[in-house]
Amino acid sequence: MVKGRISSEESMGLVDGPGIRYVVFLQGCHLRCKYCHNPETWDMMGESYFTTAKKLVDKIEKYKSYFGQDGGVTFSGGEPLLQPEFLLETLKECKVRGINTALDTAGVGFGDYEEILKFCDLVILDIKAVKEEDYKELTGQKMDRFKEFLAACQKNGNKLWLRQVIVPGMNDTEENIENLANFIKTIKNVERVELLPYKTMGEVKYKKLGLKYRLAGLCEMNETECKRLEKLLITKLGE
Amino acid sequence: MDFYKGFKGEDWKNEINVSAFIDENYKEYRGDDTFLCGKSEKTAKVWAKCEKLLAKERKVHLLDVDLKHVSGINNFPAGYIDKKNEVIFGLQGDKPLKRIINPFGGIRMVDNALSAYNKKMDETNHSIFINKIRKTHNDGVFDAYTPNVRKARTAGLITGLPDAYGRGRIIGDYRRIALYGIDRLIEEKQKDLLKPELLKIDSEEKIRLREEVSEQIRALEQIKLMAKGYGFDISLPAKNAQEAFQWTYFGYLAAVKENNGAAMSLGRTSTFLDIYIERDMANGVLDEKGAQELVDQFIIKLRLVRHLRTPEYDEIFGGDPTWVTESVGGMLDDKHSLVTKNSFRYLHSLINLDPSPEPNLTVLWSEKLPANFKKFCAKISILTDSIQYENDDIMSPIYGHDYAIACCVSAMKVGKQMQFFGARCNLAKSLLYSINGGRDEKSGKVVVDGIEQDTDAVLDFKTVKKRYFEVLDKVAETYVDALNTIHYMHDKYAYEAGQMALHDTNVERMMAFGVAGLSVATDSLSAIKYAKVKPIRNAEGIAVDFETVGDFPKYGNDDDRVDQIAVEIVKHFISTLKKHKLYRNAKHTLSVLTITSNVMYGKKTGTTPDGRKLGEPFAPGANPMHGRDCTGALASLNSVAKIPYKDVCQDGVSNTFSIVPNALGKDEKSRIKNLVSILDGYFNHGAQHLNVNVLDREKLIDAMNHPDKYPTLTIRVSGYAVNFNKLSRAHQEEVIKRTFHEKI
Repeated sequence: MVKGRISSEESMGLVDGPGIRYVVFLQGCHLRCKYCHNPETWDMMGESYFTTAKKLVDKIEKYKSYFGQDGGVTFSGGEPLLQPEFLLETLKECKVRGINTALDTAGVGFGDYEEILKFCDLVILDIKAVKEEDYKELTGQKMDRFKEFLAACQKNGNKLWLRQVIVPGMNDTEENIENLANFIKTIKNVERVELLPYKTMGEVKYKKLGLKYRLAGLCEMNETECKRLEKLLITKLGE
Repeated sequence: MDFYKGFKGEDWKNEINVSAFIDENYKEYRGDDTFLCGKSEKTAKVWAKCEKLLAKERKVHLLDVDLKHVSGINNFPAGYIDKKNEVIFGLQGDKPLKRIINPFGGIRMVDNALSAYNKKMDETNHSIFINKIRKTHNDGVFDAYTPNVRKARTAGLITGLPDAYGRGRIIGDYRRIALYGIDRLIEEKQKDLLKPELLKIDSEEKIRLREEVSEQIRALEQIKLMAKGYGFDISLPAKNAQEAFQWTYFGYLAAVKENNGAAMSLGRTSTFLDIYIERDMANGVLDEKGAQELVDQFIIKLRLVRHLRTPEYDEIFGGDPTWVTESVGGMLDDKHSLVTKNSFRYLHSLINLDPSPEPNLTVLWSEKLPANFKKFCAKISILTDSIQYENDDIMSPIYGHDYAIACCVSAMKVGKQMQFFGARCNLAKSLLYSINGGRDEKSGKVVVDGIEQDTDAVLDFKTVKKRYFEVLDKVAETYVDALNTIHYMHDKYAYEAGQMALHDTNVERMMAFGVAGLSVATDSLSAIKYAKVKPIRNAEGIAVDFETVGDFPKYGNDDDRVDQIAVEIVKHFISTLKKHKLYRNAKHTLSVLTITSNVMYGKKTGTTPDGRKLGEPFAPGANPMHGRDCTGALASLNSVAKIPYKDVCQDGVSNTFSIVPNALGKDEKSRIKNLVSILDGYFNHGAQHLNVNVLDREKLIDAMNHPDKYPTLTIRVSGYAVNFNKLSRAHQEEVIKRTFHEKI
């Protein structure tokens, strides 16, 4: 039985998918997004602990009575797709025990997507950027692995919630919303789209880890403006 | 006139049985809240006057006090707020918010309370009590207290004892007056006096009971006279909804004119009164607006109840609470809930009249409650932070379906059971006694005899635990001695005749013990077991600090290694309490509840091995210590849910839960849905009680600094709600320090 590397767990997530969700943050991520507020999850060898699928699901099951009709577990990170074997085993075990599963991901992992996606009731996918150069600039990686994962979701017919973090001076323009809308229009099974305002609360963690914070000095995204852009996006998608 | 026209059933006519009347006649409501009405013009006028007085009271604390009369059912002239706009009548004194003097519990308490405001009671009355021409409960208690009880009291090992004022936590079945009228109730009590078992005088108990029933009859007559002072004849049953509300209220009003217990709870009236509303509506004499007006005006009266308290009392029970607890909802059986339109109306008063701590609205929650009602409760909770929730699914198998909550978490069958309130003992201090040879860590005096002094350089778990349980055994013994004394004397010198008249003559009694500092004691034992704890001892050998090396599991993270320590502590404590016989054969019960005394208890307790420093507050009730529950809200809830209710902590396990609005969900609809899921999930784990606050810490900090901006800011503390502005600075700071569950 393969062991998973976990960064942390949160017994009550209410904004990471529908209903009340147990959230598991898996360790390790290949992206280096400038605004990332969980840099402690980047390094696969960073501070974390091991567990098995069975042990983890035993724990999740203790919260089943809170899940109601649409709650369940969300696997987040880090990038959960970097631990495909463990993730798959855990997802399967959740389904055996009747627990709703969501995958919160940027779609940049190690493959086996088709199999993994069979056991995901929902995929919450982070669209970092829609243009190749913007994607590279923000994450430090090329966009092809993201596209591969998205294609797998489409093939498998997974329900999707799409997200983008809005950063002042980076992508808070109507032009970006237009591009994003056009991109999303090509995607099937989209159940919800949301724009998340950039926050600075991750900054302290960088100091603690001895990492450079590349957005130092940048203001938080205005929440009202972010809401406005989200409305605009939804309107455009309806057109 | 046929008072019962339109009502079904016969059993409740032949005997006093309000519960049977409700079962046969109430109409369950499964719909939503769209039928509700705003406040009437009359209500608006009456409430506006009250708001002015309440604002003034918040500034001066004591608005007015009647120095001339002493407490009693019919000792005060009638009082009004705005007579022509009032629909429900009656005040404790002759003016709203005017406090009355109750010397029967103890005259010193009265003197201290009055002197804090530079006032003195009437000289003649004062001399009667101070010269013991009429002895008080407090005098009696101190004539009988043992040296051990005195030591435990002084050290703060057992505190908050009702030995200087009324014990409270008794719920009269006030509904009986509406359903039967006073004359019928007197008749039944007279019949009881003639029952063969009460005619053979072969024990003190029987003499006492005969005297008590005679006092009850006299009290019923007094209630009738008091009502007459307001122009109502309540000798016969209520004819309509207005009378049903009024008759019920007179019963409650008599209780708060006669007694000044910490908790003077109302019971379970909403569904009972709905039956009268439905009948009037069917007869075309009442509409929804009128029904809501009755509710709102009744609630206004309940919000005005006051008692005269000392500054020391306010330190234990912050914010001037009265615990006019009203239980709403619950199930009749597996399929039918006891939810009626009136259950909605009661909660809706928090919208019509703004949030308020009183009455202490308590929803008896079951997974099977109608979905619309659950959603409505969650909605009102999110808007007002004024509701508490208790698990009907674990209480109704014990108490049946016509029970109510007294105070915060104490369940009892209405009119059939009563409680001997017993405050609480300090579990954290007890743990320090087990390390310090029974000596108090602050005074150095021996408080518990026969405990061996710990001399280990590193504390050994087995040794400490063994000694801890020895200490608890001795604390239990002293605690029982204290409560037996208190309740004997209370029955003798401050008997609640008016309330007990609204009980069956043969009432079941429970003696409610309590504990404070459970999470501190638990985490301390966990530290000793899983980390290395070195006591730092002073010259007398008393551990005044601890050095802890290594990590240890902490209560509040759903980790059995430590949660089971908490379970073991309470199980041991109740079992050792049960070894001692109780006054009037009461049944032992136990609560994990602190009210706001967690601050005062902390102040009196030295540094503990869990890392809590000298004087720092405990967590309230059964809550994990602030900031130590770090794996999320549900893990914290699951830990508390492990504290067993049935037969162990059967007087309640209080938990206070605060969450910021944005963490509860993105919009109102999802917040409501999520809160319902949290409640369903928590109670499904067998938990008993949850206070719910949905608010931002920033708002509280702002309110602390700018109280005038938030006149009605209400928050749930431990088993009750409080107007935030009425808390002391120390209490406010403690509330702000608590864990607010948030997700960013």
